[in-house]
Amino acid sequence: MSTTESTPDQVETEVVIDPNAVSLTINGKTVAARKGELIIAAADRTSDFIPRFCYHPRMKPVGMCRQCLVEVEGPRGPMMVVSCMTPVAEGQVVHTETEQVKKAQEGILELLLANHPLDCPVCDKGGECPLQDQAFSHGPGESRYVEEKRHYEKPIAISDLVFLDRERCILCDRCTRFASEVAGDPLISFTHRGNNTQVLTFPDEPFASYFSGNTVQICPVGALTAKPYRFKARPWDLEETESTCTSCSVGCSTVIQSSRDQVLRFQGHDNDGANWGWLCDRGRFNFESINSDDRFTTPLVKEDASLVPTSWAKALEVAARTIRLAMSSQGANSVAILGGARLANEDARAWAMLASKLGITLHDAQLDDGLSTEVFNLPQATINDATSATTVILLGPDLKEELPVLYLRLRDAATKNRTRIIEFTTKASGLTRYAWKSLNYEPGAQVAAVNAALNDPEIAGQMRKGNVVVVLGRANLAESSDFTAQAYNAIAAAYPAVTVLPVLRRGNIRGAAAAGLTAGDNARNILTAASEGHIECLILLGADPLSDVPDLDLARRALASARNVIAVDTFPTASTLRADVVLPAAAYAERGGTTTNLEGHVLPLSQKITARGTSRPDWMIATELAEQLGADIGVESLNDLTAKDATPQVQQALSVAGSSAPERNSYDLRLVVSRKMYDNAVSTVTSPSLAHLSIGAGIYLNPRDIERLGASVGKDVKVSTSSKSVILTLHADETVLKGTAWVPFNQPGTDIRELLNADDLIVDVRVENLS
Amino acid sequence: MSRLTDANIAIAYEIIGRYPRPKSALIPILHLAQEQDGYVAEDAMKHIAELVGVTPAEVFGTASFYEMFKFEPVGKYLLNICGTMSCALMGAEELMHHAEKRLGIKAGSTTPDGLITLEHAECQAACTEAPCLQVNYRYRFKMTPADLDTLIDDLAAGKLSDEIPSHGVLATVRQRIPAERGVGAVAPEKVNESPEWLDGKSAL
Ligand code: SF4
Ligand code: SF4
Ligand code: FES
Ligand code: FES
Repeated sequence: MSTTESTPDQVETEVVIDPNAVSLTINGKTVAARKGELIIAAADRTSDFIPRFCYHPRMKPVGMCRQCLVEVEGPRGPMMVVSCMTPVAEGQVVHTETEQVKKAQEGILELLLANHPLDCPVCDKGGECPLQDQAFSHGPGESRYVEEKRHYEKPIAISDLVFLDRERCILCDRCTRFASEVAGDPLISFTHRGNNTQVLTFPDEPFASYFSGNTVQICPVGALTAKPYRFKARPWDLEETESTCTSCSVGCSTVIQSSRDQVLRFQGHDNDGANWGWLCDRGRFNFESINSDDRFTTPLVKEDASLVPTSWAKALEVAARTIRLAMSSQGANSVAILGGARLANEDARAWAMLASKLGITLHDAQLDDGLSTEVFNLPQATINDATSATTVILLGPDLKEELPVLYLRLRDAATKNRTRIIEFTTKASGLTRYAWKSLNYEPGAQVAAVNAALNDPEIAGQMRKGNVVVVLGRANLAESSDFTAQAYNAIAAAYPAVTVLPVLRRGNIRGAAAAGLTAGDNARNILTAASEGHIECLILLGADPLSDVPDLDLARRALASARNVIAVDTFPTASTLRADVVLPAAAYAERGGTTTNLEGHVLPLSQKITARGTSRPDWMIATELAEQLGADIGVESLNDLTAKDATPQVQQALSVAGSSAPERNSYDLRLVVSRKMYDNAVSTVTSPSLAHLSIGAGIYLNPRDIERLGASVGKDVKVSTSSKSVILTLHADETVLKGTAWVPFNQPGTDIRELLNADDLIVDVRVENLS
Repeated sequence: MSRLTDANIAIAYEIIGRYPRPKSALIPILHLAQEQDGYVAEDAMKHIAELVGVTPAEVFGTASFYEMFKFEPVGKYLLNICGTMSCALMGAEELMHHAEKRLGIKAGSTTPDGLITLEHAECQAACTEAPCLQVNYRYRFKMTPADLDTLIDDLAAGKLSDEIPSHGVLATVRQRIPAERGVGAVAPEKVNESPEWLDGKSAL
């Protein structure tokens, strides 16, 4: 900044010189950069594109492909360097378009193409292929290579979802780097290095990473393709729009791509605050469920014990009559709403408006499987706050299974030594390997474990070093959430400055809470009221209590005793079978609006295709129902449902009941029930590529407990509480804490929920051999 | 075939103990596995992966770089006949034909009794002694077809077992480094200061 005359009323400010600022010139233009930045990254901020294959801004550079050579002036004249490995320097003079550089670019491309099959016409990548594009823009135009090319069997499956064509591979190391550096699943590697270098898995160990789809997206050629998209479309036929994944609450930015009104692919989009371009395979590939034939396409009403198709007018009329009748005979307290966490913000708001207009106070968007939404009122942290915190305390579920991309972000923070993770868990989680301390506790003893840790001088020292973020969620569905709340309160009491990243997993639970759908009574009380015959009309908003409520018996009794059930949903579920009226809702990508991620950020949801059949967005259904009921909620379009900024309440601690767990009888094992990434979730089972990836029902014990029981792995065992029992296959897992038993939730096979009772603080089970 | 035997696990731990990071012991333990089975079995690679804390894919990625690690069963003796320039000029091709006929197998395969695997090799850096070959990497120089017959007879009769151990055995005497003579290197991630020469880099 040049000194100019300062006007008298201007306060003289000291010019702060940023010690990390670097200035260089690229093709004669001055570029401002930061110390440590790479030339290629600085050039990306100018209009001069440097071709590249192996460089990816979210991974460590390796200088593998040499396509990014540029000239840098040095004391002995210009020098060729790879711009993806060379950091910027003050006064550096870079040229990216000289004769010398052109010659290098052409030479490298000729070499890369020497063994490349050039089967673009039958390659999925053709049309969006960096190799194709850059061969065109920076290549020599012809090849001098006439010899036979390398041949490999094409393609081979390296996992259930990903295929590899080794002939097309240019050995850029992006997929292998992603696998080890980003996902932490180094299941693919360069093998037979030398003239036959090729990416391979170990012979019988597939690339079964939860994040495998990212390698397909970042492969700069068509070597890696994903089963759900292979041969489905050509890139130039795809239309796309930005949106947000709602399969969990991380809120990954996506691009929805469709052709002929059918969604064909989701791609990750780089969002600095959330997903850094990555998606988990579940979020990436469950677009298949949108196209499923199982979808509801028309409204249904119950006639003679079966659901038959009908018109919207009729269905809405029946629904309205049901509600009106309930209200007039038993009052507003005989109508209850469950669900809403899968809806867009606008949908949730419309339903909340309808509920308040009608005076319905019995509503909850969770199904007794999360934590109190009070967690949103605690002092909040963002994902970036957590990944830059000195200490992160994990007091919640296995993030790799439930909020997969948040796992990637925290793993990154921990492996790059920015953040120390202190984890409280009952068995090894995805982050255990990267945690500074992984502390085990038996269900019911979370508070004790947290208190012990707080009294540990080493841990206390660490926590005093800088800011602390608590990642707070529900770790165990067979344990009262009160223990987690107490554990959090203990931390907050000792360190009042902690902030919280709430990890309730359902896609838009935070939006539903903001809309007011959780402000009513809680799901457990609603279900209890229903089971006691107090509910005349139960409205389900994309909720399936029969599959999701931990206390299965309670859910069954509630749905059996609720006089009428109105289900608004996209798919038939166990609960919609019980419905008297089904109103088909538009699915993801069929409706626009916004969603709120776990941090509270409001993110866009885009409509890309027309809704299936006559299904319509939930807000419209709510509005039309309101009209039928003569309860005007003043909504004509989506715009009327935009959020009004509500001032968040702030509280320092969670409400607790102060429960304490009973002693465990030494013959029993304390039960842990938690989710895996692939389970019976509707969007998973209706996506053919994902449907078979669940691990299946089973019980996992510590090998020492198995030995003590004299049981054998792989055999069925009887698992019982004092009142009920189920049969499950026994597995060994040495990370399961001795004295506890782990059962994955909502898996194909025996339903563990038979043993869960909403009133139990903890569940102790006895495991016996079948005689 | 198999995972490492208990005796070999003990040796593996001894080897791991010599390095700052367990992963660095990968190559010597692969040799150990090859010594045990005559080749590096898949199960052995999985076992090694567990021992040094990497994935089997990473073990295979590293191991498959090295020509001397075999991933299929190999005969007790691996016969490598050089076929590069000097040896080719001095009759390597004839030697190979003779070997194939005598053993009744093609280059790249193993005799049904599992005694000999015949392989074609590139220059063995003994060009002045062409044509030459190696039996389990032990040289035989200026070989004639008759010499080859004698060699095969001797191998079959067990006459050379002192000189040439079975395939995979690098040396008949195992090196033992007592702990106090180890380097005592610190794991690289525990090193906080840069070495002196690295600091000089900023001056560049
Ligand atoms: S498969 Fe694709 S991403 Fe992987 S090394 Fe080959 S070209 Fe690169
Ligand atoms: S982590 Fe969650 S939001 Fe991100 S892609 Fe996976 S399911 Fe979707
Ligand atoms: S992009 Fe720089 S070497 Fe590949
Ligand atoms: S050519 Fe045979 S040893 Fe060199």
